Amino acid sequence: MSEPTAGPIVLVIDDEVQIRRLLRLTLEANGYRVFEAATGQDGLAEAAQRRPDILVLDLGLPDLDGVTVLERLREWSSVPVLVLSVRDREEDKIAALDRGADDYLTKPFSTGEFLARLRVAQRHARPAADAAVFQSGQLEVDFVARTVRVAGKPVKFTATEYSLLVLFARHAGKVLTHRQILREVWGPDYVEQTHYLRVYLTRLREKIETVPAEPEILITESGVGYRLVVK
Amino acid sequence: MPPAPPPPDDAPSPASASASASASAGPAPAPVRGTLHVFLGMAPGVGKTYAMLTAARRQMALGVDVLAARVETHDLPETAALAQGLPRLETGLGAGAGAGLGAELDLDGVLKRAPQLALVDDLAQVNPAGFRHPRRHQDIQELLEAGISVYTTLNVRQVESRAQTVAQITGTGIPDTVPDGILDHAEIELVDLAPAELRRRLDEGKVFVPDRGTVGMVNFFREGNLAALREMTLRLAAEKVGREVREHHHSLAIRQPWKTGHRLLVAVGPSPLSADLVRWTRRLADSLGGPWLAVHIEKAGPLGLFEQRQLTANLALARELGAEVVTSVDADVVRGLLRVARRHNVTQIVVGKPAPGPWRNYLGGGPLPRRLVEDSGDIDIHVVRAGNPDTAPAAGPARPAEDPERREYAAALGVVVVVTIVGQYLSPGVLNYRAVALLYLLAVVALARRVARGPVFFAATVSALLWDFFFLPPVHTLWITTVEDGLMFGMYFVVALVIGQVVAQLRAQERAEHRREERTAALYLLTRELADAATLEAIVAALARHLRRLFQADAAVLLANAEGRLGGACAGGTLGLRPGEMAVAAWAFEHRQRAGQYTSNLRAATALHLPLDTPGGPLGVLSVRLPAGGAPSFEQAALLEACARQAALVLDRHRLQELAQQIRLDAESERLSRTLLDSISHELRTPIAAIAGAAGVLGAEPGPSPGMLATVGEEIREAVARLNRLVGNLLDIARVESGQVRPKMDWCELADLVHVTVKHLRRELAGRPLAVVIAPELPLVRLDFVLMETVLTNLLLNAVNHTPRGAALRIGAECQEGELLLTVADAGPGIPDDARPRLFHKFYRVPGTATGGTGLGLSIVKGFVEAQNGRVQVDNQPSGGARFTIRLPLAAAPAVPAETL
Repeated sequence: MSEPTAGPIVLVIDDEVQIRRLLRLTLEANGYRVFEAATGQDGLAEAAQRRPDILVLDLGLPDLDGVTVLERLREWSSVPVLVLSVRDREEDKIAALDRGADDYLTKPFSTGEFLARLRVAQRHARPAADAAVFQSGQLEVDFVARTVRVAGKPVKFTATEYSLLVLFARHAGKVLTHRQILREVWGPDYVEQTHYLRVYLTRLREKIETVPAEPEILITESGVGYRLVVK
Repeated sequence: MPPAPPPPDDAPSPASASASASASAGPAPAPVRGTLHVFLGMAPGVGKTYAMLTAARRQMALGVDVLAARVETHDLPETAALAQGLPRLETGLGAGAGAGLGAELDLDGVLKRAPQLALVDDLAQVNPAGFRHPRRHQDIQELLEAGISVYTTLNVRQVESRAQTVAQITGTGIPDTVPDGILDHAEIELVDLAPAELRRRLDEGKVFVPDRGTVGMVNFFREGNLAALREMTLRLAAEKVGREVREHHHSLAIRQPWKTGHRLLVAVGPSPLSADLVRWTRRLADSLGGPWLAVHIEKAGPLGLFEQRQLTANLALARELGAEVVTSVDADVVRGLLRVARRHNVTQIVVGKPAPGPWRNYLGGGPLPRRLVEDSGDIDIHVVRAGNPDTAPAAGPARPAEDPERREYAAALGVVVVVTIVGQYLSPGVLNYRAVALLYLLAVVALARRVARGPVFFAATVSALLWDFFFLPPVHTLWITTVEDGLMFGMYFVVALVIGQVVAQLRAQERAEHRREERTAALYLLTRELADAATLEAIVAALARHLRRLFQADAAVLLANAEGRLGGACAGGTLGLRPGEMAVAAWAFEHRQRAGQYTSNLRAATALHLPLDTPGGPLGVLSVRLPAGGAPSFEQAALLEACARQAALVLDRHRLQELAQQIRLDAESERLSRTLLDSISHELRTPIAAIAGAAGVLGAEPGPSPGMLATVGEEIREAVARLNRLVGNLLDIARVESGQVRPKMDWCELADLVHVTVKHLRRELAGRPLAVVIAPELPLVRLDFVLMETVLTNLLLNAVNHTPRGAALRIGAECQEGELLLTVADAGPGIPDDARPRLFHKFYRVPGTATGGTGLGLSIVKGFVEAQNGRVQVDNQPSGGARFTIRLPLAAAPAVPAETL
């Protein structure tokens, strides 16, 4: 790296010049260093060469499908990936997330939202995520003592509720798909049992949200999964 | 010449048929029918061919395209010289030199060459096997239909209605004849020669005479004969001219040409003599200038095979001679005839004079002519002596061994003998001889239920005699000694005859009734099934099924395509057609005539092709392959015809329905595409204009102030949101339209769904009081979360767009009768009643609503809800404002195991 003091490196893989130009403008204004690639092959080569801190990936590439790029990338790298695509069907989102994307944003997107997601994705890559205590707004989870406090008051959880909450807290800010959650908490045999998830989510919300009907911590991503919002 | 076509034995010529199909270039531009000139002479040698050639040369001189298609010069130098300069067909049918002279007529060649005028000698010629039509006059008909005028020649003895008379006058046999109907539409050119002159030319050898040396021919050319023939010829021509003049007058005077004229009816039966009667009536009809009917009254009794065939032949002859053929059913011939006569306003009836000594006529209520005369009222009756049966055409075996009848006689005899033997045992011990008579009577009645009338009479007679011989004292003689026994014997005889007769008649009537009922029922069933069939395939299948049941036949329906050509077989048929057979079907279609098996056109084909004619033109062809075993009877043919007619009607109706449907669809799709273009261009261009405007502000000098910049940014964001929504809507409706909505049903919590939707719409819903009322006990609902979010979004946006700013909204969810009820209500003006039925149609917008919006939202709602097995309804609340209600089926969610803290 020629400028070690400079900001994090972003690799943008997108075939549309206009989008690349816009992203470069936005990212450089926010202190990122930007590299571009227009095809999947170039993107993989660039990723190997530049060692980016974060990768922005379009799914509709001329040579390889974005999901394939993601799979090949994941063979050797755990760099955070933010998928940016016009494909807005849940199947596409789920496919990308299940194959290791950290987040998914549909075009058109707002610049503010994009930068926020980028920051969250970056944070996952940091070892700080393994901290002993997780705190977001009024929610406080002590992984060592296995206790949860909401607005300073201790709240009791069942074993399943607790492991669900821990899963969200460990991946705070990131979308977890239904399958991912079901597999992690209940086991691989339960990936289709979405009603478990619905019931437990409602219980969790009742315990940690101020107004359970209008959740602000555990939010729903339509058709995809849930996300614990970091405040 | 038997009028019924001989069984098909000649080789098929599908090649020539297909050639004609392509040569006549489809039926679309129907050519004007050519005219037929017949050069009519009284006998061979009067110079018909010569006259024809002379006339043709005149036409050629006038610039008419003449073709000597077939000219018979008989090596007479004068005729040959005339024929020399006329154009001929280049390639004849296997005739090397002098094609067109002496060779057979090359029909396809002439059709292809398509001259204005074709010369075809000898109208009455019979074609050799392997030709398309058995008779030359049929070839000529086809030429005329193709718009080619034809000159031809004919002798008076070859005219069907005159042939019999000529044969009687001259003592020669009956030649091959042509039906009179052909002459009806022809110009007749009389070629006349004084008999003395003809004889002179004959002696000079200037005349070609077939079989000139034979005794018959010598007789034929006797001067007396020639005078009679000449008179007949002149009269034939004169009658035709006279009729034309009369017709002309009629058509000038009154619209209905036959109103004051005569209308004839000839009674036709299964007798060979009826054919004579038919010819006689035709002649009478000709001279009176009136139409005529040939009527067959179907009596109760069943007809034998021979009679059946004879009747079919007689009726075919009548039809060929131009009669309208009517069949009716009545046990009493006289009553039936008069009924038909009155219904058709007949003025004269022609019946045959019964042969001498038909004693059974007296038993059956008197001879037919006498009763006719008595009951006919104002109708004239002609009683005509039919020629002797020997001169009548001997169609088929003269008297085929009528096996069934013979067997019935044997059975009758057997029964009577058995009764006699039984009587011998019982009498005089158990029964006296008078009681035995009752036994006989019982046997006769029983027989009458089983056998035809003849055997019943036979049984009655034999039993009377046996009774007299074996039982009446003195036994073993035919003597009768007492008056009482004499009376007894007489009465027995009469009673046996009458009862036998009555029972046999009843039974026959019953059987005829049954047959008729079967026929009616079959047609009725067909009609009903065809009416029920909704698709073309169903119609064809129903038709094929019925034809199989009625005739054990395979059937196929071929329909004309848009270009008016016959297409392939429709699905549903049971008959596969080879290309050669298709060509025959095409011929039948183009000429609107039956063709193939058992017809006079292309009859070597393996199937019968009936054109499906409708008032609007020919629809196609019904092809039927009848099982082997002889031509269909008259009755069967009529039934087949009726089936074809019925099918044509139904197919026509189906075609019209499809046409109407297509027109409706076209109009609808035009309206849709217009609306689509209007609304899409508006919806696309408005935000684009906003963005373009904003870019202009940004690029202007001096640069925008920070306040302006914020406004411009907001404008751009809004335009983009609008564009994005439009694209989303278009993609959604495309999914609905293409049937690609495959919901991913999953257990969802409704409160979550509503919350997510409302959160995504917070900008659009800003400043609106929104009440969300979700029943607390609501279970998990199985639905597609994303589809339902789109549904709810569209309903909310719809409410926002059509209600005043600040008007309240309400979302409700509850359980009702096993269904989820999701309602979105607004406090706006509500929906006009007349708009409600079309509200969910795509691109529909309630008239008078504000601009903006594509009219797609609600149709997406409907498509998505229905994809999840739900329903969507709209009504106005009592308090005003529209209310949309979605109903989705509820199911019990599987249990989740409980867990303790």
